[in-house]
Amino acid sequence: MSETAETSPQTLRDWLLSERPQSRMQARLGRFYMIWRRFTANKLAVVGLVIILALLFVAAFADLLAPYSPTVGDLRTTRLLPPGGEFLLGTDDQGRDILSRLIYGSRLTLYVVLLVAIIAAPIGLLVGTVAGYAGGWVDAVLMRITDIFLAFPKLILALAFVAALGPGIENAVIAIAITSWPPYARMARAETLTVRNSDYIAAVQLMGASPTRIVVRHIMPLCLSSLIVRVTLDMAGIILTAAGLGFLGLGAQPPLPEWGAMIASGRRFILDQWWVAAMPGLAILIVSLGFNLLGDGLRDALDPRGSNQ
Amino acid sequence: MSTLLQVDELRVRFPTRTGTIEAVRGVSFSLGRERLGIVGESGSGKSQTGRAIMGLTPPHAQVTAKRLDFDGIDLLNVSARQRRTLRGSRIAMVLQDPKYSLNPVMSVGRQIVETLRTHEDVSRNEARSRALQMLEAVQIRDPERVFNLYPHEVSGGMGQRAMIAMMLIAGPELLIADEPTSALDVTVQLEVLGILDRLVADRGMGLIFISHDLRLVSSFCDRVIVMYAGRIVEEIAASDLANARHPYTRGLLDCMPKIGADRHPLPTLQRQAEWSL
Amino acid sequence: MTNALSISNLEVAFDHFRALKGVSIEVARGESFGLVGESGSGKSTLLRAVAGLAPVQSGEIRIDGKPLTTPRDKAFYRTVQMVFQDPYGSLHPRQTIDRLLLEPLAIHGFSDGEQRIVRALDEVGLGSGFRFRYPHQLSGGQRQRIAIARALIVEPSILLLDEPTSALDASVQAEVLNLLEQIRRDRKLTFVMVSHDLAVITHMCERLVVMQNGDIVEQLDAADLASGKVTQAYTDNLMRASEGFRRTIA
Repeated sequence: MSETAETSPQTLRDWLLSERPQSRMQARLGRFYMIWRRFTANKLAVVGLVIILALLFVAAFADLLAPYSPTVGDLRTTRLLPPGGEFLLGTDDQGRDILSRLIYGSRLTLYVVLLVAIIAAPIGLLVGTVAGYAGGWVDAVLMRITDIFLAFPKLILALAFVAALGPGIENAVIAIAITSWPPYARMARAETLTVRNSDYIAAVQLMGASPTRIVVRHIMPLCLSSLIVRVTLDMAGIILTAAGLGFLGLGAQPPLPEWGAMIASGRRFILDQWWVAAMPGLAILIVSLGFNLLGDGLRDALDPRGSNQ
Repeated sequence: MSTLLQVDELRVRFPTRTGTIEAVRGVSFSLGRERLGIVGESGSGKSQTGRAIMGLTPPHAQVTAKRLDFDGIDLLNVSARQRRTLRGSRIAMVLQDPKYSLNPVMSVGRQIVETLRTHEDVSRNEARSRALQMLEAVQIRDPERVFNLYPHEVSGGMGQRAMIAMMLIAGPELLIADEPTSALDVTVQLEVLGILDRLVADRGMGLIFISHDLRLVSSFCDRVIVMYAGRIVEEIAASDLANARHPYTRGLLDCMPKIGADRHPLPTLQRQAEWSL
Repeated sequence: MTNALSISNLEVAFDHFRALKGVSIEVARGESFGLVGESGSGKSTLLRAVAGLAPVQSGEIRIDGKPLTTPRDKAFYRTVQMVFQDPYGSLHPRQTIDRLLLEPLAIHGFSDGEQRIVRALDEVGLGSGFRFRYPHQLSGGQRQRIAIARALIVEPSILLLDEPTSALDASVQAEVLNLLEQIRRDRKLTFVMVSHDLAVITHMCERLVVMQNGDIVEQLDAADLASGKVTQAYTDNLMRASEGFRRTIA
């Protein structure tokens, strides 16, 4: 094999797919490109991604996109108007434009989802990998704690926490986070158990790496892709739990345009003014679906078994 | 010698997203009631050749051939049902690791009985006694006990014998053995081969022995086919192997360490591009 | 001169299974020592026990005359390194070759990592074109070369080889064995090599022990074995088995 000089100009695609990358950067980008190619091969996953990107866009530019104020409405003239005309998705009992409330509400939804993911996923990952790698009594103690959390229905446990901490969106986030890490811990532990006795972990041990180093640098990255997939798939559930808490009046407090709380307040008019409850319900449905499709696509794209191609 | 199997221009292709991979590229040979070895390194297409004959190629692959006849039956154009009937009753296959090819939740004896009863209409009692006979034939000392054991309860060598018993119970005329002893210890390996050898000779079966181990194959088979990159590079009588002409065959024989031969460094194989043309 | 590796009365048990039943061996500095046996003979367990990867019940392991501590200290890992059997399982699937080779250097605080990686890749005959590939982009032989490079990069004096070529094709095996011999010559390493293949061991080692069921059957020189001077029937059996199949009833 001789090193022939490149005669034809290299396309970006060739560079990314190169079998012999020349730098750390190229190797990494090449890998991401392979994942991206596998991801985009799944059309539904791309639909999911578009939904989530749209959600991010709407949340970022809510001020510009929303035609009306989300919190102030005209109680005399614009109360409970049906969809169409001036108010695209109708108005609620306070005379507020539902579309504007949904647009602003996307911020709250994202806030809840991201915060929960940022809190719960690392806790689960840490607990799971440490338990799996250490084994013995550490494993037993950590996993029994996990079991205790798993034994309660999620919403009920969240309710208990919110009741103790007081209603409000931050407390709802904390409550949901506390109740959603155990599945991640279980998954990370299972994954750790399958790799801890592998030769490549033994090889790192033989280099003299400390247990902390092995867990953080060698085991956690392996658990990461399935964790990302799982968290993405759970996002829908988190939105629903947050909406559930909002519905029960324990999440975001009025006049915040939280989608769950909006459904709750629309409940009273559900027979005559269906749109008040249906519109936020539809928003929750679409975003949940988006996260699910995205998660499914990520699972296929990040699956290590597919990385040989 | 009557021809049992005739293979002409066999090709196996795997379409992938990045293009078609041709695992077997025009392999032709014929087999009588003899022991034929197919030798090659990983990726030579030897296993895919065996699987194509057996009809066990993955569904997305394309198998084509000018001819693929087993005892006058065109294997490429028979119905799936006919093929299933052939499989097991007239053509059988032994795979590398009995751990993966035996059903883990069924006792060894029952699997042999089931195999027999799917191919022959025999009573439960007769099937049982024939299974026991078969276990005895593969030199299992205590067939009654082994009959009731589950695959995880038997050793590798025992499992492979049970596998051979299961494959031979319906009295096939052609046996394809794909690395049947590679997962076994050397001493066990020879025992199993001895059993296989005797059964094949006694029953007048045709045998295709697929292996990476040229030395083992040449000591076991009558004729050897050497494959490289999906093609046959040499076909030679096993006794004549020392006079192999193709540099690949010679290189393959030469590069293995031998007891008593003091060769440092070992001769290595200089792969030539034209071998795979 | 003290021996590079000396093991006396080593006992290893997994739960209630006695994998090693009081084994003693002495490996001189610069020597290539072989362990041969079939599955369950305890040959790999012996290597793993030295590396600290198997539960030692009793007995003593000394490296350069010093008894080993449990857990092993950092100096141990710079003296003793290991190459595993399965080249597909011994490289982290998500790390580039660069990352794999950098890890031991980072752990032991080498500062000239860049040069060492390039040199290590050259030494195992791969060249720096392989540096940023992932293991799945390499063949079995290339992976095993990477595993050897990783073991050598911290400059150990003893290399434990656990069936380093049994998962490779014969032609690739020859290349890797040649590479190992050359490295041993160049670096004056001590090898302890495990294999089920008597021919490979006699080719690579000066002295060897034959093991069976956790015990040593026989210890002999490779030259004696080659000339058939074996005392135990089991060794004789293994030797004849490695010559291929013989038809008894012609």
